[in-house]
Amino acid sequence: MAIELKMPALSPTMEEGTLAKWLVKEGDAVKAGDIMAEIETDKATMEFEAVDEGTIAKIFVAEGTDGVKVGTVIAMIAEDGEDAGSVETPKPVEEAEEPELREQAAESKAPEPKLVETGARQMFEAASHDAESDPEVPDGTEMVKLTVREALRDAMAEEMRADERVFVMGEEVAQYQGAYKVTQGLLDEFGDKRVIDTPITEYGFAGVGTGAAMGGLKPIVEFMTFNFAMQAIDHIVNSAAKTNYMSGGQMRCPVVFRGPNGAASRVAAQHSQNYGPWYASVPGLIVIAPYDAADAKGLLKAAIRTDDPVVFLENELMYGRSFEVPKLDDWVLPIGKARIMKPGKDVTLVSYSIGVGIALEAAEKLAGEGIDAEVIDLRTLRPLDKATVLKSLAKTNRMVVVEEGWPTCSIASELAAVAMEEGFDDLDAPVLRVTNEDVPMPYAANLEKLALIDSDKVVKAAKKVCYKE
Amino acid sequence: MAKAPASARKVEPPKPNRERPDEPKRYEASKDELLKFYKDMLLIRRFEEKAGQLYGLGLIGGFCHLYIGQEAVAVGVQSALTDKDSVITGYRDHGHMLLCGIPPKDVMAELTGREAGISKGKGGSMHMFSVEHKFYGGHGIVGAQVSLGTGLGFAHKYNEDGGVALAYFGDGAANQGQVYESFNMAELWKLPIIYVIENNQYAMGTSVNRSSAEDQLYRRGESFRIPGIQVDGMDVLAARGAADEAVAWVRAGKGPIILEMKTYRYRGHSMSDPAKYRTRDEVQSMRDTSDPIERAKKELEGLGVKEDDLKKVEQEIRKQVNEAADFSEQTPEPDAAELYTDVLVETY
Repeated sequence: MAIELKMPALSPTMEEGTLAKWLVKEGDAVKAGDIMAEIETDKATMEFEAVDEGTIAKIFVAEGTDGVKVGTVIAMIAEDGEDAGSVETPKPVEEAEEPELREQAAESKAPEPKLVETGARQMFEAASHDAESDPEVPDGTEMVKLTVREALRDAMAEEMRADERVFVMGEEVAQYQGAYKVTQGLLDEFGDKRVIDTPITEYGFAGVGTGAAMGGLKPIVEFMTFNFAMQAIDHIVNSAAKTNYMSGGQMRCPVVFRGPNGAASRVAAQHSQNYGPWYASVPGLIVIAPYDAADAKGLLKAAIRTDDPVVFLENELMYGRSFEVPKLDDWVLPIGKARIMKPGKDVTLVSYSIGVGIALEAAEKLAGEGIDAEVIDLRTLRPLDKATVLKSLAKTNRMVVVEEGWPTCSIASELAAVAMEEGFDDLDAPVLRVTNEDVPMPYAANLEKLALIDSDKVVKAAKKVCYKE
Repeated sequence: MAKAPASARKVEPPKPNRERPDEPKRYEASKDELLKFYKDMLLIRRFEEKAGQLYGLGLIGGFCHLYIGQEAVAVGVQSALTDKDSVITGYRDHGHMLLCGIPPKDVMAELTGREAGISKGKGGSMHMFSVEHKFYGGHGIVGAQVSLGTGLGFAHKYNEDGGVALAYFGDGAANQGQVYESFNMAELWKLPIIYVIENNQYAMGTSVNRSSAEDQLYRRGESFRIPGIQVDGMDVLAARGAADEAVAWVRAGKGPIILEMKTYRYRGHSMSDPAKYRTRDEVQSMRDTSDPIERAKKELEGLGVKEDDLKKVEQEIRKQVNEAADFSEQTPEPDAAELYTDVLVETY
């Protein structure tokens, strides 16, 4: 029987892709390992290999087709001895209504890519939520839809155009165009003097970047993920953060350390960790963790411009998410200012980075139960915008902190302390923390889901502080 | 007595498969130049002795690492630099700072933790900087200055300013991983940087032989194709000669170079180190036979400099150091409000 070839999932968050090119045509013989097509995801072009032997019987999706959903049958292979011409177009699995047809599809030889229900996926889904408005954007500004990835790239490109001292260094940032494609196109525009591939040597290149900043340049040091920056944390903390103070204010260290932080999908313990609380505890550092594309752009530009060292925490699950970004020549946001993503009066939900999506989703659910939640995105973790949080607390008298990270010594703990010390009289209920579980990130999909935050946990906590359980 | 076999051929030294720097020559200093080197070394010696005294009096606290015995290294090497070049080192940094032109009283007042100190009293012995004099620290984490210095070299190349970075580190730091990460990038990118290993033979209490599989530290760049030269670091003119060779190599765009300076510190690792890991005789013998200041003094006498003139130099330096010490004791501590300044450059 003919073998169905389905649109593969090439990354944990991929839902659809572009069938860029067919390298085979109907009637061609293929064997295992032959490259049949090129498929573009939002971050890369991948080659699609044959795993079976046979003859290409039919191609259903023409090359150049965008938005091909994962799992769609794109071609069929006739096995040896089978008449390629007799192969029928199958009904897509999703549309198969008859149970036996579905069963048949399940029995088909080709492995079926399926979207596993994971905690990361829940967070990814929730990250489709947008802010209600942004008071920083002037009325009548034209908005464009950009992914977080594009917004970050644009921020770097704009600042590199404006200031010769700005350059980017890191693993795979130049020729590979970025491990997560955040630096895509920068090498072409700025050349290899300013877009520099480093060896895999985090401690070393973090030190080189920091030293270059001491020498008067403005480096952007990309870590492939912040998990690897553990090898470089000495330079971030000891060399960069303390320089201005130790020198009595005469030596600057204007470096930006950036890269993805927090849990990604199914990458387990050593690749899933939120370093926000770690860096936010260090005087002398600025720590930024944006949620949407507009903030990513406006805050990265501010981070590059400031004379202080900045840790800029991105999120891999967010890179492909699209948001409205104001089309302005120079969209720069103030560092250290939280943003009210959704006003409300009954309970304050405070979060940052990918947690904001979860908080917004929870607010939506709470609205259905008659609870009007206010959602605050901290955006900057150090300095922390206590004023915005306390003002909201004074209005709602209840607070839940939502954090994709461990509970112990967290930003959530810090905010609970702030509420105790400076907002005690406004509290009508204890501050609750909704955080990841206090365990290393497990690999198994079901366990990962249990370990991560989700909006149901937030809803439960919000109802508890509203005494509406 | 055994006869050498007739067939024994003269063994040629192996030919390097790539360009090597020339074997450095001992610098031929004029009388005035040597006198200057002598003064610089003596200033460091007296300054450090005074710092040791002030430490004993409780005026200097914390860690205080003295440069006594190693003076010829920094004096010889830094005399080969121009004002385009930058310097970075570890925590044994007082001497290097004085040679960068930072006034002794600014350094001493930092050691006593006063507002007038080069870091406003917030840095202390191990954390001093002067952007004005292109001295980039003064770093307390062993080996950090090697990556940071490589970054300074990167900045010189990026800015095309013709400058060279000089990064000092000790035999102990030479075993840190980031040193080799930096070597790799420096050679890969042909950065203008001179790595000066001040091999004073003891990483705190551990001798080089006890800590280093390859104890010939000038070879440590070999696998990165970085040439290295071993130098008598107790001879200021040898140090200068090697530095000239290194500067020429680096300025010609040939990438980094390593100078291993064989030297010796007379004092403990820091003021709180009783130095029980070596004998008193060992130290005394180094002082008697290899002291860099005595050696320069003898050569000056050979060049016709009179003992009276050298005494005058001594007096001038003692005066300068005493003034710095008096200043550092009398000038006030930082205002309490300084606690909160300089954490960040900008306000948010």
